[in-house]
Amino acid sequence: MQRWNARIGSVWLWALFAALLLVVPQVFTSGLSVTMLSQMGIAIIACLSYNMLLGQGGMLSFGHAVYTGLGAFVSIHALNMYSGAGMPLPVSLVPLAGGLAGMAFAVLFGYVTTRKSGTTFAMITLGLAELVFAMSLMVPEFFGGEGGISGNRMSGPAVMGITFGPAKQVYYLIAAYTMVCVVLMYAFTQTPLGRLLNAVRDNPERVEFIGYNPQRVRYTAFIIAGFFAGISGGLGALNFEIVNAEVVGAARSGAYLLFTFLGGATFFFGPIIGAVLMVLAFVLLSEYTQAWLLYLGLVFMVMVMYAPGGIASLIMLNLQVARHGKLRPLLPAYGVLAAASLVLLVAVAALVEMVYHRQLNSAMGSVVNFMGLPLDTTSAQSWLGLCAVLALGVWIFSLAQGRFGARWDAAQEAIEKETHSAGAAP
Amino acid sequence: MEFFIISTLNGISYGLLLFMLSSGLTLIFSMMGVLNFAHASFYMLGAYIGYSVSQVLGFWPALLVAPLIVGVLGSVFERYCLRRVHKFGHVPELLITFGLTYVVLELVQLVWGRIAIEFKPPTALQGPAFTLINDTVSGLRMVWGAANAEMCSAVDPAVRVVCSPFPATRGFMVLVALTMLVSIWLLLTRTRVGLVIQAALTHPDAVEALGHNVPRVLMLVFGAGAALAGLAGVIGGSTFLTEPSMAATVGSIIFVVVVVGGMGSLSGAFLASLLIGTIQTFAVAFDYSLLGALQQVGVSVGATLSANTLLTMKLSQVAPILPYLFLVLILIFRPKGLLGNREG
Amino acid sequence: MSASIHSKASSVSMALELRDLRKSFGKTEIIRGASLAVRQGERVAIIGPNGAGKSTLFNLISGRMAPTSGDIILNGQQIKGKKPFEINRMGLSRSFQITNIFPKLSVFENLRCSVLWSLGYGYTFLKFLVDLDDANARAQELMEMIGLHKKRDVVALNLTYAEQRALEVGITIAGGANVILLDEPTAGMSKSETTRFIALIKQVTEGKTLLTVEHDMGVVFGLADRIAVLVYGEVIAFDTPDAVRASARVQEAYLGSSVADAQVGESAQGH
Repeated sequence: MQRWNARIGSVWLWALFAALLLVVPQVFTSGLSVTMLSQMGIAIIACLSYNMLLGQGGMLSFGHAVYTGLGAFVSIHALNMYSGAGMPLPVSLVPLAGGLAGMAFAVLFGYVTTRKSGTTFAMITLGLAELVFAMSLMVPEFFGGEGGISGNRMSGPAVMGITFGPAKQVYYLIAAYTMVCVVLMYAFTQTPLGRLLNAVRDNPERVEFIGYNPQRVRYTAFIIAGFFAGISGGLGALNFEIVNAEVVGAARSGAYLLFTFLGGATFFFGPIIGAVLMVLAFVLLSEYTQAWLLYLGLVFMVMVMYAPGGIASLIMLNLQVARHGKLRPLLPAYGVLAAASLVLLVAVAALVEMVYHRQLNSAMGSVVNFMGLPLDTTSAQSWLGLCAVLALGVWIFSLAQGRFGARWDAAQEAIEKETHSAGAAP
Repeated sequence: MEFFIISTLNGISYGLLLFMLSSGLTLIFSMMGVLNFAHASFYMLGAYIGYSVSQVLGFWPALLVAPLIVGVLGSVFERYCLRRVHKFGHVPELLITFGLTYVVLELVQLVWGRIAIEFKPPTALQGPAFTLINDTVSGLRMVWGAANAEMCSAVDPAVRVVCSPFPATRGFMVLVALTMLVSIWLLLTRTRVGLVIQAALTHPDAVEALGHNVPRVLMLVFGAGAALAGLAGVIGGSTFLTEPSMAATVGSIIFVVVVVGGMGSLSGAFLASLLIGTIQTFAVAFDYSLLGALQQVGVSVGATLSANTLLTMKLSQVAPILPYLFLVLILIFRPKGLLGNREG
Repeated sequence: MSASIHSKASSVSMALELRDLRKSFGKTEIIRGASLAVRQGERVAIIGPNGAGKSTLFNLISGRMAPTSGDIILNGQQIKGKKPFEINRMGLSRSFQITNIFPKLSVFENLRCSVLWSLGYGYTFLKFLVDLDDANARAQELMEMIGLHKKRDVVALNLTYAEQRALEVGITIAGGANVILLDEPTAGMSKSETTRFIALIKQVTEGKTLLTVEHDMGVVFGLADRIAVLVYGEVIAFDTPDAVRASARVQEAYLGSSVADAQVGESAQGH
């Protein structure tokens, strides 16, 4: 047990994760919830595979959707081939076909892509992604043209009563894949190649001088990431039973980047948070407000400026502070900061919603419903009132931030002194 | 023949537009090490703001005012957002410009709507700059401006007359691009400001020690780059379409141009812009397919192959992917780019 | 006949040979025909005025740059034009003047990564790091050798400057290379730190061939078996410390100015 703890971290934590995956659809039972949970599982695998490149390897890719998408296409074709000619490929293994496809394309494209690093690498992935997307409109046999390719996941004998018809059954299949893939991807970080990938991220030149070819490290990692990306695509193909060109599109690649970064690229579990947020944003937030892409862009920019390690880093920082017993004294300042942020966010959101309503929905009358409160977009009072609230919010926020910042820095200094006097870490 | 001339000119004008954009991008990259993902967004802003300003003040003032506004916006972004991220490294810098694209796109759609708007060029630029008339009797000749109907048709049915106009907007594009190119070159090599910029590129600390405000120089450079993109936007928007997707369409191509030309090389960007501009323009005009070519040569192809998509695909259909194909080829055979000397 | 046999025998026992090495950057020739023959197990210090090309020479030997012409022979094999990782695998390792470690990895991880290739683990992702007993033991051993075993899990960028330099040396010797290049290992260190560091270097490079660039004359004369003097890209002298010290040519070209440098250096280091 201890050996395994050393190898892949706390076994209890993994057991907890597995239990969570099992229990969650029993708690959130609505059709929408189960669909969202399925999508979260798929997104988790995709974002973790993406972070193998971004967070672990320092490779900023703008074209990860190529590998998830091509995996999806190959999977749906495999599914259709099975339904048609009775090939011995059980539905539950279709995502593996996607994984192999993702891996194959990573072998092909990765050879050219990983020759360079840094900004050039990013541009190459962008160009390649555009190439694949543009081709998707040209080869209808594979990409299905405008309508995409559909499939039927219920094709095949029911084993032990599992037909994969009901959404819950699909969820459990996805959950199983998610569990296995997450464990495998974590295990990768504890292998020589995983550690060398980090070294290449930090100092590729030095890696050459310890006997390794950094290009080959990157290429190999790229292929492995492509494998998991393809599995994610395959699961998506099963879940939606249709795959169209949008799955290899720039918007999806951008989403992977955005949310993996938001969740936190510097910690292993960060992309899991990002994936959950991604599904929530695409499915729920987009229903509540038309301005959701604007909010997304703004939140992302704020994160890059103030918390480049993402939400995961914020959590870990606070955990560290808590471990040193310095969190409780910070709570009042935190509370004030949170309240000020809330006021600010509500004011901004209300103004944005009013503007959007005026521009896009003015045909539906002048009143927009903001969180249950009706706001009249034509009345000057509403506008002035909200601007006043906004100004107030900005003022309180800057005060609160100043106070909180000072206390936070003091706590950090105290912690540093403690760790230095103690010698080495834990 | 006239088709070839007009297409070449079209290709060159498009290539020069690409160069207007990629030069700004290259300058910012060389000066600051930042690859401005939002460069095409500034292009889009230039088009839309140019449209609005031209509604109020007319096209010619807009040509000056819109780039200025975009330049100011760029400087503001650099000062308050990009600068804060500078200490985190190049990847976060790229990421924040990436985030900006989302914000700009949403704001543009919010203010101007989601459908294309009609940004008409001024009356002086409407219509052709010149027209090439080719007829089977007197050969090729040129008239300035438009050729009227009787010049384009012949009384005698045996004589074939073809009139090929070259749009004035395109001609104007070439003019502005070349002017811009020369001005930048003069600025960088002949003026004090340009020398300071060149010095700040490689030795920012030394330049700062000499009393120059390097952060301000960088802010100005970024703003200038944005203004150039904005200028390209006014011209491009009035010549082509002004719509929300214009940033995405041209955005990826200019990145291809920059990589193909060699990161950080202005002359490389020039070469690559013209190359990709002409290739794309020509490709779109051709309706040849591999199958057609085979049939021309006299090779007979069976029925199933005749229906094969890859063989029947016309060059014009393949045109959109040509720049990216070019990118892949360059990366395989000459990864430094055509004239590159910098490791990206 | 006998002359060629003699030279063949001596070239096999030569750890590193430079033959008329030249490097130009555009029109400027930085290394102008440098020749050197370092014996196995020898400790050689390369000295020379600033701008003489010492770092460029190291870059050429370690494969970071390709020479314009000339030969570099490592353990009897030509390494000119090879990539750094190929040269490293052939038994040559180097440190850097500006500390070049893996800043976000811990001390232990830094060293463990550095031993992986020499222990034959290649690019594997099918084994767990904790299970690599030999790698872990060797990393532990190295940590104790360079005196950083108390800082095992400290992230490298949180170390003090001297500790980072020590880690730098640790990474350099980790792979078991038998020809070690140290580029100004004591740069930026105080007098006492330098003395301790040189003792450390002597200890960890026991039995290996050492080539080091140094400015501190005290260090050079104490550490080196032979000194190579590099001036304007040429080796103008390569002899024992006493012979070099006595050479009029060297004094004229370098030591005259470097006495002043050393005096300035000493007073700066003596803070």
